[in-house]
Amino acid sequence: MKLGFSPADEAFRAECAAWLQAEMTGEFADIRGIPNLCDAIPRRKEWEQRLGEAGWGCIGWPRKWGGRDATIAQQVIFAEEYARAGAPNRINHIGVELAGPTILAFGSEEQKARYLPEIAAGRQIWCQGYSEPNAGSDLANVKTKARLEGGEWVVNGQKVWTSLAHYSDMIFVVARSEEGSAGPKGLSFLLMDMDQPGIEVRPIRQINGEAEFNETFLTDARCAADAMLGAAGEGWKVAMALLAFERGVSTLGQQMQFRNELDAVIDAARANGKAADPVIRQKIARAEIGLRLMRYGALRMLSGTDLAAIDGAALTYKIQWATWRRNLGELGMEVLGQAGEVASGDHYSWPTLPNLFLFSRSDTIYGGTNQIQRNLIAERGLGLPREPRGQA
Amino acid sequence: MEFAFTDEQAMIAETVRGFFAENATSERTRKAMAADGIDRELWSSFANELGLAGIGLPEEHGGAGLGMVEMALVAEAAGAQVAALPLLGHVMIGQAIARGGSEAQKAEWLPRLAAGELIATAAWAPKLSVADGRISGTFPFLPHGASADLLLVHSGSEAWIVDLKGAGVSVQAHVTMDQTRPFATATLDGAQGEQLADGDAAIAGALAAGWICLAAEALGGAQATLDRTVAYSKERVQFGRQIGSFQAYKHRLADMMIEIEQARSAVYWAACAVDEGSDEAQVALHSAKAFCADTYFMCAGNMIQLHGGIGFTWEHDAHLFFKRARSIQTLLGDGQWHREQVASAVLGAAA
Ligand SMILES: Cc1cc2nc3c(=O)[nH]c(=O)nc-3n(C[C@H](O)[C@H](O)[C@H](O)COP(=O)(O)OP(=O)(O)OC[C@H]3O[C@@H](n4cnc5c(N)ncnc54)[C@H](O)[C@@H]3O)c2cc1C
Repeated sequence: MKLGFSPADEAFRAECAAWLQAEMTGEFADIRGIPNLCDAIPRRKEWEQRLGEAGWGCIGWPRKWGGRDATIAQQVIFAEEYARAGAPNRINHIGVELAGPTILAFGSEEQKARYLPEIAAGRQIWCQGYSEPNAGSDLANVKTKARLEGGEWVVNGQKVWTSLAHYSDMIFVVARSEEGSAGPKGLSFLLMDMDQPGIEVRPIRQINGEAEFNETFLTDARCAADAMLGAAGEGWKVAMALLAFERGVSTLGQQMQFRNELDAVIDAARANGKAADPVIRQKIARAEIGLRLMRYGALRMLSGTDLAAIDGAALTYKIQWATWRRNLGELGMEVLGQAGEVASGDHYSWPTLPNLFLFSRSDTIYGGTNQIQRNLIAERGLGLPREPRGQA
Repeated sequence: MEFAFTDEQAMIAETVRGFFAENATSERTRKAMAADGIDRELWSSFANELGLAGIGLPEEHGGAGLGMVEMALVAEAAGAQVAALPLLGHVMIGQAIARGGSEAQKAEWLPRLAAGELIATAAWAPKLSVADGRISGTFPFLPHGASADLLLVHSGSEAWIVDLKGAGVSVQAHVTMDQTRPFATATLDGAQGEQLADGDAAIAGALAAGWICLAAEALGGAQATLDRTVAYSKERVQFGRQIGSFQAYKHRLADMMIEIEQARSAVYWAACAVDEGSDEAQVALHSAKAFCADTYFMCAGNMIQLHGGIGFTWEHDAHLFFKRARSIQTLLGDGQWHREQVASAVLGAAA
């Protein structure tokens, strides 16, 4: 058992750190450290493409599809250096971390050739069409319908909370493709172009004033018959595999961003004298300890060869980081005091800590709420009896 | 990245888990509780058959070699059974001598410690006075103090070992809530102390070993409370259902698992950091001690609640875990103190 990375990995760290530092202090200095998800979208699209050109877009993918065949250690290192450099949130997180790995796992060679190089090049932004007004935690309750007509799927229904749909080129949609089916049966996983008359996107304003997510209406929206991952009617399997990517390895890169956020709280406490308050000191220590334990939990998970153990650690990881960050949001406000409740200009727009406070209320909701996570941990991790389910 | 057990470490873990599960039974622990809190037969086979008393002690002095990771594996397994063993003082004095003793001191003491011949205890943050190597002071809350042969005390950057059976020493045994690790008060009145050659190294070694030992015991204990409660939740039926199928019940078990997974990272992070001499070692040790102790207490409290009435009885083992958890919280610095050390590392010293 060892803590650190190998010399070869550290050399890799130096290489990516140098490149990222150069970009973030040079051409892309204007988007360094921006806190809000929807700020400077055109510039961040350019940044995605710059990452792609330089081969840093999707380093864990095979070279053949625009990746670098990077090891997990290298992916962790890149994610750490990415955040350390203050590089902005990946606007194509869903394409890179969710759609891409799912296409790699379930796609035909032809589908891989069609989508993966575009994602790797930063030219194709994706969004996730899972949730519906009546299918949130109970995702298997989706009502959006897909039927084959000629050589195409025709899709009707409504998705909701679709993050970044208004900036996306592609959406993956979970839709009911078998008439009369219910629950996880009879669903298909479709890959659809956003730029078509059958798809209408309406941004929804959020708690922090931003509009990152949307309602997505599908009215005779279309995609080719073969624009589907997995077999018709077996989309649930694909959808669940994707959620494992969402809840597992892809969240690791967040840790250095969390480090930055905790450092912002520490800086604020130093600046206004709260760093001397023993209660605040205890809370900052708890946050520091929680962050370190997340890091070593992740390293444990990624170093492990025992897949069952990895699943166990991964199961608890989502609720752990989400709860940690929500608490950090509250701590940031406690440190700022009332000053945190006043914006600096005349817009309802928030700097890092107040924005963290507001935004982090969603961390314990998306990607499976804390309650759903506890059910998963209890049922899959501890083997307890399943929740009784009613007839909807 | 190799933050996973080596094959050898996995084997040690399996061996010690099996050993304690088979031998440190509730029955034997309770027998020891009724006496001085030490299961001597267990201690003897632990030291002599398994050679585990020498873990973390150098091979040239009769130890088993290996480091804090392996020591943590042992303490975790012992903690899972709330074993009645004088492990805490043993690892503290062993590391104090191994790291801060002269060659002669190592040659004299370590083989005897590795053989389990001596029972040791250590004083936390003691107040003492020394004149010509003769030590005076009162040392309360010594774990297994009434049965111990040797006492480790320190002051500033000096450390001594004291023969508790020697002249100028009186020891008062206490009735302690956790009867698997009863406390005693030693009063030294000009007792002869043997000063360790490098006090700073001895103190650092003793504290690191003590904190890891407690954190690892807490981890093992917490996991055991979860495992036992999960098993009970599948047996016990109320309202026509297994109680483990009720969401309010299973969410508490899930919360235990979430904390335990972090506690596991904490113990092995701290142990590795000490073994590697990492810059992070101090923060890791304080984090592990504070976090694991709190986790254990939360889990042991839940164990009682989730067992209902039976969990409140003397007959059931839940109280052994609960009392051990409570005592781990306060031994060698409470959670607030450890978190303040982390805060100092992050924010600078308190104003
Ligand atoms: C910022 C943000 C971004 C999002 N982005 C996307 C996206 O890009 N694409 C997408 O498809 N979706 C997205 N979502 C949706 C998200 O996945 C859902 O909000 C989430 O799954 C919860 O579903 P719901 O909102 O319908 O809540 P509900 O399922 O209605 O839950 C309401 C409450 O009931 C509780 N509850 C529900 N079931 C149970 C149960 N069995 N046991 C105990 N408690 C229960 C929940 O925990 C919650 O507290 C996003 C959400 C947010 C907040």
